[in-house]
Amino acid sequence: MEPFVKLDGLVMPLDRTNVNTDEITPARYLKTIKRTGFANILFANWRYLNDGKPNPDFVLNQPRYQGSSILLAGDNFGCGSSREHAPWAIGEYGFRCLIAPSFADIFYNNCFNNSILPVTLDESIVEELFAEVEATVGYRLSVDLAAQTVTSPSGRVFRFDIDSFKKQALLQGLDNIGWTLSHDDDISAYEARRRQEAPWLFNAGSQQPVQR
Amino acid sequence: MSKTMFDKIWDAHVVRDVPGEASVIYIDRHLVHEVTSPQAFAGLRTTGRKVRRPDATIAVLDHNIPTVSGRKMLDVIDKDSELCITTMEQNARDFNLTLFDMADTRQGIVHIIGPELGITLPGMTLVCGDSHTSTHGALGVFAIGIGTSEVEHVLATQCLLQNKPKTMNIRIEGTLPAGTTAKDVALYVIGQLGTGVGTGHVIEFSGSTVRNLSIEGRMTLCNMAIEAGARAGMVAPDETTFNYIKGRVFAPQGEQFDQAVAAWKQLASDPDARFDAVHEINVDDLSPQVTWGTNPGMVTDVTNSVPNPATISDPLKRQGYQRALEYMGLEAGQKISDIKVDTVFIGSCTNSRLEDLRMAAQYAKGKKVAPNVRALVVPGSMQVRRIAEEEGLADIFREAGFEWREAGCSMCIAMNGDRLSEGERCASTSNRNFEGRQGKGGRTHLVSPAMAAAAAIAGHFVDIRDL
Repeated sequence: MEPFVKLDGLVMPLDRTNVNTDEITPARYLKTIKRTGFANILFANWRYLNDGKPNPDFVLNQPRYQGSSILLAGDNFGCGSSREHAPWAIGEYGFRCLIAPSFADIFYNNCFNNSILPVTLDESIVEELFAEVEATVGYRLSVDLAAQTVTSPSGRVFRFDIDSFKKQALLQGLDNIGWTLSHDDDISAYEARRRQEAPWLFNAGSQQPVQR
Repeated sequence: MSKTMFDKIWDAHVVRDVPGEASVIYIDRHLVHEVTSPQAFAGLRTTGRKVRRPDATIAVLDHNIPTVSGRKMLDVIDKDSELCITTMEQNARDFNLTLFDMADTRQGIVHIIGPELGITLPGMTLVCGDSHTSTHGALGVFAIGIGTSEVEHVLATQCLLQNKPKTMNIRIEGTLPAGTTAKDVALYVIGQLGTGVGTGHVIEFSGSTVRNLSIEGRMTLCNMAIEAGARAGMVAPDETTFNYIKGRVFAPQGEQFDQAVAAWKQLASDPDARFDAVHEINVDDLSPQVTWGTNPGMVTDVTNSVPNPATISDPLKRQGYQRALEYMGLEAGQKISDIKVDTVFIGSCTNSRLEDLRMAAQYAKGKKVAPNVRALVVPGSMQVRRIAEEEGLADIFREAGFEWREAGCSMCIAMNGDRLSEGERCASTSNRNFEGRQGKGGRTHLVSPAMAAAAAIAGHFVDIRDL
């Protein structure tokens, strides 16, 4: 996985709360066996008019926000389904960092597995940032994961909290699966013990024949 | 030290817990389906990794597949869906997994068949690449939805990296009034506490109302825990649970069943267990609930009217209400019972079990679906469908003019061709009234199965207590 260390990027404001994953990536675009091909369908229902042309009123289509890599959003961003297609689309479009007062749990986790940093800041700070972005064409923020800070153009520094393991994994671009497999002894020991304690958990049996 | 049920299950599944690292948590069951797993299996192939426990991994087709009667591959709506389906079939063969395919008598929505077949058991950790995995919590399970990268992680390691969530107890007290169901409780709870109340938490639903719910009702409640933002929803297992599980095909049998029950009896939260948050809800005066907006928290009593955004003081919330009314094509102050519906969908992992169909059938029996209303009943599993046919429920629905379908996610997620068109209004027993959820521009009102059936007959929402 690609590491995330620092980012200085143009900010796009999406001033809505409870943005859900059906809005980020509508389900009709999930019929694929690939991890790519989602950049053009990000926010599809808001982004395109019924005739398929870009909706000029939607923030993603406004010239001043082209090339943004930081998305500023309202409370409970990413709620709804577990679809990883949502962060795939967000990442492929070019966002590397999301800032909101809160994120839904599954989406938050999914971001880390895709080198996207979700930053949680107080609602009052996010509101100030919205006002500044909208007032300033070319508004950029600077994000430093190691220092856990977001710095505004005027030099104000906002510190954010992040789990230390998630932080290190992102800084290093850690292969989570490889890391867990490096503890294979622990897993095998657990399984051996558990098989004694709760044998019914090991009963399901693989590849049951089909029943017509 | 006294523990909550969640603490007990968590502690029993810790493989490795080192300060500064994520906890490595063992996963007892992994359910996979055709839409969120292909990229995970592809990842295993790229890295040359295997599925660690094929015996603990069960695959099913549900999201993309047609639900028309007598369905075949030809009924799959497009090549992309077909590829998802054939890829799941290929992955099950290659990685030696049990798969319930479109023609299997055990096929159904992943969250319906887990409990129904006894794959889901109390005290387990269970994951699936689907947020409504919370449903399984009804049996006293720590069950969570995960992304595709995590699906790959569990396939390869049978473990998940987790930060320990906080615990929340939502105590629901009171006797459910006539005409109300677990769905109304779920919607009411979310309406009262908000769609973000559970963020970072595992919710245990407790109290007399929950104790008196059937397992199917508890599943409806836990299913909607994700709509309250929770990582998982749970109900402590009790005699109702053990009776439900006994005899199911994948469940332990004979002596091993008794041994399991003895262990399951220890799972309930200790009486003095401390939760990080506690909420109390009383349902003595509960009315049937109808959502009017674009998230499940935008909900009111069937006897009420669409709220007026102008009366909301918080500007962000007011703006959200205004947007929702615009999208939904509703006027502030409009009576809920005056809202006409074009479509009725009875189905989804929230409300497609036998009890749901029985409740809906009561309101359809001997009646006719209103002219110009399209009404679908999509059973949650082929087993539910078979029993419903034996009980005569299918005939009641068909005679009333409902379409009687085969099992799948269908119009809840609108991936298989069952979808709303622009502006179409639907009374739905599913879980999400998000913009575009049931089709671009579609307008969803979440209700109980009984309320949905009654709306199909009347052509608009009705208070089923008046019927």
